[in-house]
Amino acid sequence: MARAGFPASAPANLANSQLRRNLGKATRTIRGKRAEVVSELPDWEALRDAGAAIKARALATLPEQLERLEAAVTRAGGTVHWARDGAEANRIVAGIAHGHGAREVIKVKSLATDEIKLNDALAAEGIEAIETDLAELIVQLGHDRQSHILVPAIHRNREEIRSLFMRTIARGRELGHDPGSLTEAARRHLRERFLTVNMAISGANFGVAETGTVCVVESEGNGRMCTTLPEVLVTVMGIEKVLPEWRDLEVFLQLLPRSSTGERMNPYTSLWTGVREGDGPREFHLVLLDGGRTDVLADETGRQALHCIRCSACLNACPVYSRTGGFAYESVYPGPIGAILTPQLEGLDRAPTLPWASSLCGACYEVCPVKIDIPSVLIHLRGRVVREQKRRTDPERLTMGAVGKVFASQERYERAQRLVRRGAGPLAKLPIRVGALGGWTEARELPDVPEQSFRDWWRAERGGT
Amino acid sequence: MRVALFVTCFNDTLFPSTGRAVVELLERLGCEVSFPEAQTCCGQMHANTGYQLEAVPLARRFVRVFGDADVVVSPSASCVGMVRDQYAKLAALAGDPELARAVDAIVPRVRELTELLVDDLGVEDVGAVFPHRVAYHPTCHSLRLLRVGDRPLRLLRAVRGIDLVELEDAQECCGFGGTFAVKNADTSIAMLSDKLRRVLDTRAEVCTAADNSCLMHIGGALRRQRTGVRTLHLAEILAAR
Repeated sequence: MARAGFPASAPANLANSQLRRNLGKATRTIRGKRAEVVSELPDWEALRDAGAAIKARALATLPEQLERLEAAVTRAGGTVHWARDGAEANRIVAGIAHGHGAREVIKVKSLATDEIKLNDALAAEGIEAIETDLAELIVQLGHDRQSHILVPAIHRNREEIRSLFMRTIARGRELGHDPGSLTEAARRHLRERFLTVNMAISGANFGVAETGTVCVVESEGNGRMCTTLPEVLVTVMGIEKVLPEWRDLEVFLQLLPRSSTGERMNPYTSLWTGVREGDGPREFHLVLLDGGRTDVLADETGRQALHCIRCSACLNACPVYSRTGGFAYESVYPGPIGAILTPQLEGLDRAPTLPWASSLCGACYEVCPVKIDIPSVLIHLRGRVVREQKRRTDPERLTMGAVGKVFASQERYERAQRLVRRGAGPLAKLPIRVGALGGWTEARELPDVPEQSFRDWWRAERGGT
Repeated sequence: MRVALFVTCFNDTLFPSTGRAVVELLERLGCEVSFPEAQTCCGQMHANTGYQLEAVPLARRFVRVFGDADVVVSPSASCVGMVRDQYAKLAALAGDPELARAVDAIVPRVRELTELLVDDLGVEDVGAVFPHRVAYHPTCHSLRLLRVGDRPLRLLRAVRGIDLVELEDAQECCGFGGTFAVKNADTSIAMLSDKLRRVLDTRAEVCTAADNSCLMHIGGALRRQRTGVRTLHLAEILAAR
């Protein structure tokens, strides 16, 4: 999919008043809840430090941790597969489904499988993937896209969902307007699938190298239905999700729910280790997905994006995301984390405008449970885009070079200062070349340039230094 | 105390009254203020727009021009943030250990104005008189990069005659973000609209902040809409008598 780029895709979303209202309300509510439960913990900052340190250690020793994970999963009766990219992961999953003659699979909410477009790949193989997370189901039934990491249908309101359900899963039956009626319709639809479909696919919040345990956290219990009822369970896990030790979960199971849903404890935390006779699936496959992650690891500054535990606190805190919503980012990973993750996972040339989709206000860094310094990574990636993607003759690059030379000399700088008073010279041209001056004057007056600069005043008053 | 003023290129050219206010204020408080005329720009715009390599010579220039100063003060939270947060990274990017050493040496001596007033000079009441209704917007870089906390508010509260009003969602970005304001103008304006609504809700006459860049953006819209509300740098309120 070719991207239009953030500046081009944001305006339509900004102009959607229903979206602005839904998003503004939802992000404000989650922000408030998060702030409240985070303030309860006296050791929150220490927890963040611990989370960051554990992730840094896991990534610094990634090959070793993944081998430990593979050994532990295999020991527990599971099968581990290695996928270099999304296409390979999709082939592996489809192969397992074919091996069992599965025509339908049920799914736990999973970003990794969205990232690799697993559902489309399975459909091409004649296998229907059924989303069981309520919001994912809403997105799937409406042939829609996800607009939030945690709340994929955040852009939809209740009435829109009601009419969607009536058209689809309720098969024309009249539904009440209350949330209870809507979830009841979803429950009836899904319960049948839970009891009949024989294969499930999940992602993973964490994979513990020490024990071979996979962990999925969710709020509805539908995920647990998927991980316990079918005979075959396949987990697609990004390789950065590995945690070295079992005890590391203690830190993340505190950080994640408070940051994501603003809850003290997560409602359904499912943990499984391989397979067990007479309990849960009889067959377990773990697909370890690289999908550009080892390339990200090579970037010393950028690699901290792989610490992300997908809590979405940065989305809710972001003044840009909370106005544009997720679609403007044109990725499964929207918001501030998406702005640093997408260009790194897919390549800077595939999403060159995303690192600029931020005012660098720092609200994301402040709430990140694993202390990803998103503003610094954004600035770093901007630099990489300029140096690696922009032609030397790019007008912006030429202008920035020229202005840099102006600032490098007192004489040139003072001359440029005098010129800008008449609306001329390199400083006056700057906003035109860097964006479009019209973008400024559309809503804002330009400041008047005073006749006397500060340095002129200083010289006149103090006679120089 | 001897203080070297880093006025910033932005204030020097567009908001000289802020620089004059800083000089008057600091001299009134007993400081000896110097203005090294070789100073130009800290390089923030270049670095934040992705032109880090073009910012390196400006960082070298800054540490050279201010290398001898006891204390450097600036009425711009974002420019101070640039020096503190990014100069070391620029030195690393350029592979310049000499610059890295000079940065390490100068960073502990660089102050944002309210830091200098409250921490170094130990004053909160600077003897200012400003009988107007004022809303204070804590800029993102003063709040989250420099962590100036409530220093600006403590200074403002001590101003005689001031009617300091609470700004709702004060900590939310105004949408300026340097070149963000032109590169993503639509999103920037959407953020600005909400900030403007909050400012107007307070019925303040003046919106103040520790950075004229954010104020140029907010003020530009206040003027465009003929609201009659003006923007004024914090230093000018603190210098008012």
